[in-house]
Amino acid sequence: MLNFLLSRLMTFIPTFIGVTLISFSFIRVLPGDPIIVMAGERGMSDERYAELRAQFGFDQPLVSQYWDYMTGVLQGDLGTSFVTKKPVFDEFFALFPATLELSLCAITLAILLGIPAGVIAAINRGKFFDRALMSSALVGYSMPIFWWALLMIIFFSGWLQWTPVSGRISLMYFFDDVTGFMLIDSLLAGGNSISLFPFEADGPFFSALSHLVLPTIVLATIPLAVIARQTRSAMLEVLGEDYIRTARAKGLPPSRITYVHALRNAMIPVITVIGLLVGTLLAGAILTETIFSWPGIGKWMVDSIYRRDYPVVQGGLMLIAVMVMVVNLTVDVLYGLINPKIRKS
Amino acid sequence: MVETTQSVERPGRLKEFWYYFRENRGAVIGLYVFLGVFFVAVFAPWLAPYDPTEQFREHFLQPPAWQEGGSWDFVLGTDALGRDLASRLIHGARFSFFVGVVVVVISTTGGISIGLLAGFAPKWLDTIIMRLMDVILAFPSLLLALVLVAVLGPSLMNAVIAIAIVLQPHYVRLTRAAVISERHKDYVTSAKVAGAGRFRMMFVTVLPNCLAPIIVQAALSFSNAILDVAALGFLGMGAQPPMPEWGTMLAEAREFILRAWWVVTFPGLAILITVLAINLMGDGLRDALDPKLKRS
Repeated sequence: MLNFLLSRLMTFIPTFIGVTLISFSFIRVLPGDPIIVMAGERGMSDERYAELRAQFGFDQPLVSQYWDYMTGVLQGDLGTSFVTKKPVFDEFFALFPATLELSLCAITLAILLGIPAGVIAAINRGKFFDRALMSSALVGYSMPIFWWALLMIIFFSGWLQWTPVSGRISLMYFFDDVTGFMLIDSLLAGGNSISLFPFEADGPFFSALSHLVLPTIVLATIPLAVIARQTRSAMLEVLGEDYIRTARAKGLPPSRITYVHALRNAMIPVITVIGLLVGTLLAGAILTETIFSWPGIGKWMVDSIYRRDYPVVQGGLMLIAVMVMVVNLTVDVLYGLINPKIRKS
Repeated sequence: MVETTQSVERPGRLKEFWYYFRENRGAVIGLYVFLGVFFVAVFAPWLAPYDPTEQFREHFLQPPAWQEGGSWDFVLGTDALGRDLASRLIHGARFSFFVGVVVVVISTTGGISIGLLAGFAPKWLDTIIMRLMDVILAFPSLLLALVLVAVLGPSLMNAVIAIAIVLQPHYVRLTRAAVISERHKDYVTSAKVAGAGRFRMMFVTVLPNCLAPIIVQAALSFSNAILDVAALGFLGMGAQPPMPEWGTMLAEAREFILRAWWVVTFPGLAILITVLAINLMGDGLRDALDPKLKRS
């Protein structure tokens, strides 16, 4: 096990260095001078240009620039934003809870709907339910989610007027930032009331919830489709195994065979796929957050790209990649823990 | 005496492929829709009633023909600048096809070559190549493409290049994995003994036997390319207005979503139908080409 852990770590380190190299070199190696771009159409004097180059260290040789950058990275210093003048690291972690909250809600929704959908499709293989579920899954998988988000806004916000269009919570509410998760903080803040008949809900918690619903559905769409498809194929594979036939021959009730014997083994590839969906979620967060003005790291990155805020783009790109790598490594190690065959190879 | 020399001839590869492909009804429907979109893309200038950038100043945001206020002159209505939506959608098909084809060509050529190289290379080179691919895969594809385009400058061509770079590692991995499983088979050894050169071994002996998963991946990345370039266009980092690219059209339509549903609905529907058709086809291709899943 220790060998397995070490070997995974050994591949992690060069990949990490590669990731820092790529995010570092983007603004330096590719064509286009970031300082000229920052100046925009007005241009700037030669002295100011030289001063700015010196300020960002662009007048140093590339190797020593990279060295400075790496020492900064290892000390948690990713430079400061051109626009807000705040450290990139602090900005990232101030906005990260918003993205995490949205992503966790989305992946939970995707798992809660996707796994049952896949199981039902597998049990009814070739029948109506299977066809209907898998067709919907393929539609979800092919969905341009930015368009899907606009449709949701037209229907739920425009036509039914059920949900707000943007942001995390109504501007009426102020409360302390305890966990960074709006749902929890607003619940802690109190002032929530609910009555079932006639259905009425009021207070910060419900405001936060109503802001969260549409982005969650939009972000969950593709993961939901992926999980449903993966669950179905994993279930079909397991249901064909000998030990399932044995269980049937023993006379176990079909529901027990499906949910206890088959599902448990079918979950292994599904869990791997869920782990690998982190990248998909973050890419989806870029579009979802931009459309719903959700103040998370996806929108932050897009805004920084528009504003040519290079330290933010460079630092954010690296932090996001490292996060994806850490999650993938964790999934890999967990997979090795539950499946000894992987550990050996 | 019974004739024993009667040989059962193996059906042609294409015929066999079609036999399995046809079994998947969805795939066949997908193929027809795909061919339909292809037809529209090729003959766009003759099919479209108007020029995609022509503005009709008396007809801003006119609803589709079947809705009150619409007319059959503009079947799907007009956009905020009075341009015919149907004509723009028809021309948009060209861009989507262009994007899909170019991305697939660039990423397969690059990916297959690097993958073959990695599969045949000594261990150290293989390790370097694969770590490099891991690095690219660590970034969420859309984010990496977005940053690449931001640096290269927003345009359709740069978006295409960025997406091709981002999708390439998948081909490298697939090709390398296939090469490694083929490399020690007898037919490869015999080719080696017969004196086949390195390039002949790579491209003529081994590659044809690795193609099945690559073809399936190509179908997938065709649809992915269309989606991602539309997403870049939507974020203002792809095709630039007034180009009638579907994602860019959605971006222009965003501010009218609550006033004019048609300017938002139709471009997205066009993307969805095209991508769905290709994915349906991809599923059929997988069933037909993947021997593991082939029903015997």
